[in-house]
Amino acid sequence: MKRKERNYNLILGGCLAALMIAFMVVGLFYTPYDPDAMSGPSKFAGPSLQHLFGCDHFGRDIFSRVLTGSGTTFFVAVSTIVIGGGIGTLAGAFTGYFGGWLDEILMRINDAVASFPSILLALVFISILGPGKYNVILALGVIFIPSFARIVRSEFISNKEKDYVKSARLMGASHVRIMFVHILPNVVPTLLSAIAIGFNNAVLAEAGMSYLGIGVQPPDASLGRMLAESQTYLSRAPWCAVFPGLTVILLVLGFGLLSDGLQKGRGSVSCWR
Amino acid sequence: MNIKYIAKKTGTLIITLLIVSFLSFLAFQIIPGDAALSKLGTAATAEKAEALRQEMGLNQPVLVRYGRWLADFVRGDMGTSYSYSMPVREMIGSKLPITLAITMISFLMILILSVPLGLLAGKHEGKSLDRALTVVNQIVMSVPGFFLGILITYLFGLVLKWFVPGGYISYTESFSGFLIYLIPPCIAIALPKCAMGVKMLRGSVIQELQSDYVRTAISRGCRENTVLYRHVLRNALIPVLTFWAMTIADIVAGSIIIEQVFTIPGLGTMLITSISNRDYPVVQCIIVLIAGLVVIVNFIVDLLYRRIDPRITGQ
Repeated sequence: MKRKERNYNLILGGCLAALMIAFMVVGLFYTPYDPDAMSGPSKFAGPSLQHLFGCDHFGRDIFSRVLTGSGTTFFVAVSTIVIGGGIGTLAGAFTGYFGGWLDEILMRINDAVASFPSILLALVFISILGPGKYNVILALGVIFIPSFARIVRSEFISNKEKDYVKSARLMGASHVRIMFVHILPNVVPTLLSAIAIGFNNAVLAEAGMSYLGIGVQPPDASLGRMLAESQTYLSRAPWCAVFPGLTVILLVLGFGLLSDGLQKGRGSVSCWR
Repeated sequence: MNIKYIAKKTGTLIITLLIVSFLSFLAFQIIPGDAALSKLGTAATAEKAEALRQEMGLNQPVLVRYGRWLADFVRGDMGTSYSYSMPVREMIGSKLPITLAITMISFLMILILSVPLGLLAGKHEGKSLDRALTVVNQIVMSVPGFFLGILITYLFGLVLKWFVPGGYISYTESFSGFLIYLIPPCIAIALPKCAMGVKMLRGSVIQELQSDYVRTAISRGCRENTVLYRHVLRNALIPVLTFWAMTIADIVAGSIIIEQVFTIPGLGTMLITSISNRDYPVVQCIIVLIAGLVVIVNFIVDLLYRRIDPRITGQ
């Protein structure tokens, strides 16, 4: 028997993702300085022990701003996943389990939406709804529904013919019970990996839109907006750009590795059961 | 490839284009406040707005308006910008070559870089070269394009002074200068996509290397590289082709942001300005153009797919 290989992606990704989540949760409750407090003397101060990440053009502490900014990003990404993942899972479960004409129509719409880059669709939404944190969440949430629906649908289709579903049916379980008590737990590993990818896409889309100035609006701190502001002073204070950017990279890297690890681990989990 | 298949696919293409354009049209109809009010601005009174609505045909049913809009669009009349009172066609016409150039250069970069690297990583699966490539890949994939753009601006623009950040040169001024200025932004767009391409091709190559025909070819005495380039590459590229098609759409979307980073006055910059100004005719037109491009690229890839892999029956 082959020795179980260590899933480094899962371990590393899990650690990194947990670290970044902890970082963001801390940012919700505590920042070393007021993220909006301006100070003349510390304008463009470089990274030091007092200001770990340095200060920006208003003398605001970048570490504190990164903490709160990643909190905003986290909030947007999680809300997006809740909307997109929730509705997408429901839609995928029903269409995959029952099939029929509704399934056919929804899948055609899905194919059309899925072939477009999400940032472009988000721009359409924003140009209609107007910018702002909640509109970004709404836009991204709606855009993410198809990808979740498709993944869940295909899992439901392959599961519904299996013996355990048939035996549950014979024992008189209702369709809804079979869908959510019997099949759904088997879909969770795939779903988790999709959630990690979705989270990444949401983070990147939010940062991109805020960078363009049509995402999260001030006074909410946002990593994308910090990057946009930093560009004017790039030669004087590169740290204004480096640290927010690095935060986005670590976040995306962590969840990307996690998703890879979950996909790889999936095979072995079912083998060991 | 038979003509029937192409005809069928073309039919689907036209229907998809109609649906996409109708949805884009519809999306901009639900905006609160209509075109008449936006055009009148502060001078709007109820009577004036009503009169203008009659004149612009805004009181007619949606389908009629869509039909008229589509007929105008196909004939090249794409409406008039609210903010600049200029035909949208003229505004877009001068920007389109810029975005097309960015898309093509980035796509070429992705092809040139990702194919050899993907093959190399797949061939040496599990060895240190492959591991190093995978680690670099994973990191590059996590860098948002616009942050990569900022890093490139800082390192190559401000520190090494290889190019002047913000010193965009128009293609009417100097074509070579224009192309050279586009190289850094194209790298910023291409690198993350390239990493994804390498990852996909690597997986695909590894899978193909395990198939029977590879063993047969090796046992018959073919050299490893011959097998790799003649047999494996062709089969391994099939799944990657879909990825490349999606990449073109992603590049266009990515260029919207990257154009801001490098202050290039392309379609993306115009789209963002128009969104901020609520200049809906321009936004609608750009969205329809990009959406159309995506649909047409998918159509071409579908046809190519058949050509490369005759096993696909088009079902």
